[in-house]
Amino acid sequence: MSPKALVMTAPGINCDLELVHAFEMAGASVESVTFGRLSRQPSLVDGFELIGLPGGFSYGDDVAAGRVLATLIRQNLYTALAAAIERGCPMIAPCNGFQVAVQAGLLPGPQAGTPWPTEPLSPTVALATNTSAMFTDRWTHMEAPEETRCVWTRGVAFNGDAGMLPCAHGEGRFVASDDVLNQLESDGRVALRYAESDNFNGSVNRIAGICDSSGLVLGLMPHPERITRWSQHPTWTRLDESLREGDPPGLAMFRNAVQHASGVLA
Amino acid sequence: MSIQRFEVAPAPSHADPVGEALARALVHVDPDVAPDRVEHTSVYLISGLPDAAACERVSSELLADPVTEVVRSGASAAPKDAALIEVHPLPGVTDPAAESVQLAVKAMLGVDVSVQTGHRFVLYGTDQATAKSLVERSYANPVIHAVHEQPYQPESFSEGVIQPFAVREVPLRDLDDEALDQLSRDAHLFLDRHEMEAIRDFYRELGREPREIELETLAQTWSEHCVHKTLKSTIRYRELGAPNGISIVETVGERPHHTQLADGEIQINNLLKATVAAATHELIEEGIDWCLSVFVDNAGIIAFDDTHAVCFKVETHNHPSAIEPYGGAATGIGGCIRDIMGTGLAARPIAATDVFCVASPTMEEVPTGCLHPRRILSQVVAGVRDYGNRMGIPTLNGAVWFNDAYVGNPLVFCGCVGVMPRTAVEGYAQPGDRIIALGGRTGRDGIHGATFSSAELTDTHADEFSHAVQIGNPIVEKKALDAILMMRDEPTGCLFTAITDCGAGGFSSAVGEMGETLGACVDLEKAPLKYAGLTPTETWISEAQERMVLAVPEENIERIAEICAEYEVEFCDLGEFGTPGRELVLRYEETEIGRLPMAFLHDGIPTPTREAIWDPEWAAAQSVDRLPDDPSGPRGARESLLETTALLLEHPNIASKSWIIRQYDHEVQGGSIVKPLVGVGDGGPSDGAVVRPIPNSPRALAIANGLATGLSADPYVMGLAAIDECVRNLVCVGADPEQIAILDNFCWPGCDDPRRLGSLVRAAEACYDGAKAYRTPFISGKDSLNNQFTTESGEKIFIPPTLLISGMGIVGDGERAITMDLKKTGNLLVLVGQTGSELGGSHYAALTGLVDTRMPQVDLVQGPRTARAVAAVIERGLVRSAHDLSEGGLLVAAAEMAFAGGLGARIELLAAPASDDADLVARAFGEHPSRYLLEIDPNAQDDVFAELSEIPCAVVGRVTGSDVFEIVGDTDTSSMSLERLRAAWAKESEEQTGASS
Repeated sequence: MSPKALVMTAPGINCDLELVHAFEMAGASVESVTFGRLSRQPSLVDGFELIGLPGGFSYGDDVAAGRVLATLIRQNLYTALAAAIERGCPMIAPCNGFQVAVQAGLLPGPQAGTPWPTEPLSPTVALATNTSAMFTDRWTHMEAPEETRCVWTRGVAFNGDAGMLPCAHGEGRFVASDDVLNQLESDGRVALRYAESDNFNGSVNRIAGICDSSGLVLGLMPHPERITRWSQHPTWTRLDESLREGDPPGLAMFRNAVQHASGVLA
Repeated sequence: MSIQRFEVAPAPSHADPVGEALARALVHVDPDVAPDRVEHTSVYLISGLPDAAACERVSSELLADPVTEVVRSGASAAPKDAALIEVHPLPGVTDPAAESVQLAVKAMLGVDVSVQTGHRFVLYGTDQATAKSLVERSYANPVIHAVHEQPYQPESFSEGVIQPFAVREVPLRDLDDEALDQLSRDAHLFLDRHEMEAIRDFYRELGREPREIELETLAQTWSEHCVHKTLKSTIRYRELGAPNGISIVETVGERPHHTQLADGEIQINNLLKATVAAATHELIEEGIDWCLSVFVDNAGIIAFDDTHAVCFKVETHNHPSAIEPYGGAATGIGGCIRDIMGTGLAARPIAATDVFCVASPTMEEVPTGCLHPRRILSQVVAGVRDYGNRMGIPTLNGAVWFNDAYVGNPLVFCGCVGVMPRTAVEGYAQPGDRIIALGGRTGRDGIHGATFSSAELTDTHADEFSHAVQIGNPIVEKKALDAILMMRDEPTGCLFTAITDCGAGGFSSAVGEMGETLGACVDLEKAPLKYAGLTPTETWISEAQERMVLAVPEENIERIAEICAEYEVEFCDLGEFGTPGRELVLRYEETEIGRLPMAFLHDGIPTPTREAIWDPEWAAAQSVDRLPDDPSGPRGARESLLETTALLLEHPNIASKSWIIRQYDHEVQGGSIVKPLVGVGDGGPSDGAVVRPIPNSPRALAIANGLATGLSADPYVMGLAAIDECVRNLVCVGADPEQIAILDNFCWPGCDDPRRLGSLVRAAEACYDGAKAYRTPFISGKDSLNNQFTTESGEKIFIPPTLLISGMGIVGDGERAITMDLKKTGNLLVLVGQTGSELGGSHYAALTGLVDTRMPQVDLVQGPRTARAVAAVIERGLVRSAHDLSEGGLLVAAAEMAFAGGLGARIELLAAPASDDADLVARAFGEHPSRYLLEIDPNAQDDVFAELSEIPCAVVGRVTGSDVFEIVGDTDTSSMSLERLRAAWAKESEEQTGASS
């Protein structure tokens, strides 16, 4: 039986279709549910084995990117989402989803070995306005730290051009205090970095994505859900055949999570 | 209730990118007085927070980020040594952030608050007066913003003034002709004498005076913007010669709905029907079976596969963009997206396009009443960016054309492509259906947009028509889209019978069009308003954004309400379609305030015969080139072909637009296969985009455009060149030329002058000839006339006649699409198509000041044949890269392919198939149509040339793989580094983004 993935939509969320597609290609069955319905009936979350918080401009990214949706989640849905993580549910939050997750208390989450608190933690990291102050669409070369705990990126090769991921955001500059940063680094919770040449938004330590201490929850600014076929790659017409063998990096990440969820199911 | 003020600023030691960005922008405005540093603070004014605890929670949890920001309560004074400027929206201007804060506070505290947002800038190193002037010239626009020099702390928010309800009559039956003109102008009706007379006669017969709302309804429905009266009129056309292109008079026998009168003049009955539409209808009769809906709906629809259809619409939003470029462009793309949402029974938007025509950003003096072109361009880009990105629609294709005659009338073309099930291609309202409006609320914004866009601009228009400007809220439109698609795809069948968007003319046009054959009865008090105080007439004609109108059978209303609740969308029931006498009946709280027969509303507009003259000498004089001055120095012939190539690559029309493209999300929805920038490091310009509309199907759609304004001295020549270019662009990425549909967008100066109408006729005739020859049916189109600007001193600046051709073509297998970057050392470069000697209208001529009245012409037999032959070799997989020869000619195209692939190439100019009189310059830089440069494997040479046997073509070079671009002329070989050529092409964009990173 294929694991069931929940894709949460909300006003202004607009990357849900490609997220649904990526989950499906990786073998999950997917249902999109509006935030409105989930907040009235949080127990719906209990029926899923995977969760995706898609990108977009939730509530227009008014005040700050993801701020309003995060505020609403803290009120109505945090408990159900935290419970899902406790029971081993992989969760991915690309782009706006990442911005929402860090403000809703879902990332970086509690210390290793500590259960999820009943009330959402205050944000300790932020995704601030790009140094350029401009929305920028570009593909970036990536590095995945070997020691990462992340269930999603584990074993995925992000080699050279073939390993690029697409980014498209105006507020993606990862910011954290030195203490928080040291903890994330030493704890294997940095899941992805931009390559030296591609840290276009000015993130500290070139951080593109982090995970919680269980490695289940991945928040990242790039969009792995947009590179599940090679013809989505920006230079696929000139990529060497040998590089185009196997899954593109985005699909490989989704396969990791679906496989993990299947293991939990079985 | 008192208003709490909160200021949110970057925490100490944290960056302030917004302040820094403004500081950089101000350097562009005036480097001599720009501030050393700018600090930005967000301001929130909130009324209705119950107590201090509530203030604390809202400020720390909602307004500020605890990691990067600090929040202050109250108004802090400016530092002693700095200037303070605050920018707040004027009352009534859409403030999306305020609405979101209200919603979040309600969720957090359960209380209703009122909110306004603003921005505070502290400028160091400049005085207060200079600071104000700089901010007004770069950031704030008095049309929508109030600029304060002290912290803004109002006592209360201004509220709408309730106006006593009254049905106002407008005495008109006894007016003489002059008084009619006066009324038309004073009431901003913009109806001409004949139209006012027709209305007067109608009411004389009716035996009463018109009511205000009836007059407004007629003005909206009869506006140029809505009814295209010039293009649909009867025209008497004559020619004073046709040195370029062909004579319409001599070919009249081949033209439908054209008759030659006894005096030799040509009478054309309904220009649009006789040209653009005639071509489509004839092509359908000749067997093209994939056009599903043409010219009748908000967008044209073609078949995509057995179960899906795709639709395409391109709109302009020129006049609003001239006055408020950000809001104008944003609502331009927003309106075009709504057209797609309102096509058939609703389509899902999958791609957007944008083409801008603006004056040179280096222009020093602009006429009073015009915004500076640099500001216009950056703001229209920002407008398209913010609306398209927020809607989640990839902006995949576009162009920018620079000409200083656009200074008062920038052109903003916005396009949108949608996909829909083939079962949703048509919908018709039924008698008894409810009139359901959903989406945004109605406000005073955008009143008279339709009539305003039909007028010409003057230096006082910004003041007079500020109410015609709209600010969009894309999230409201996105919510409406999500809800509408859910209603369309309801398992038991679509919940509505018809849908359209509120565009120009607002409810008056939407309900008037949907109820044209049925009649409609509307209760205007039902419409939710943004604020109190709108009169029923204002509600009826408001062009407030993000509103859709649906015809819904009574029994489906309950389900519609559920879906709206699920998606947080507001809706209202405005009344009913169908009246006994096919009338439009308007009521307010059960009092009748207007009644018009649909027959008079839609068919009562008089169609006078208009005179058109084609005067080639006058037209040539009008088209005196106003391209921007050569940025690199004085004009003059260039000694070296490669130096000229580098200068052409720097030309603003040709140079990289990456600084624009990168601001648009072209990956959202995951469908884009060929993106706007291709090659190594995204280092080359793609001819067109390819997108996959259905995630699981490899079948794809190519999107491209053609624009040949350089040839505006004869719009017939220009029109054919634009069609040819659009087809070339589509073919170069893999489209099937047998399945290309195109769109026309005419932007012209006012056509009261018969000579301007004559030039419009020639462009329309080119559309007929081009569409027939290429077998590319037009499926939709739009025109924007009256694009001229009257300066303070009374001088009129007319835009050049501008015809944008947009196209989409089917790509059978998207996995076989190709791109323009060179792929492999040792491959051959094949030039397909004949080069001539004409240089008129070329970028080389503009650059060097060369005068050549001869313009290259499209060969209507060879052009389509070439496109099909090239498509055939691409289809067979024999082509590694393809690029069309357009602006700048052969060397520009070859250089672009080389640096995009990071592979050097060598071109032999004398090898090019060319006419005997074509010299080296013409071979290098001529912009002759129907030419393609293909990269092929040497082993494929025989197959390629066999396929191209009927077309002039030759191997003109090869991929050397070195780091230089070489050309062989008469005798000598010269070379230039790829990096130098790439840098020339990328210079402007790198300066733009360099300045902001």
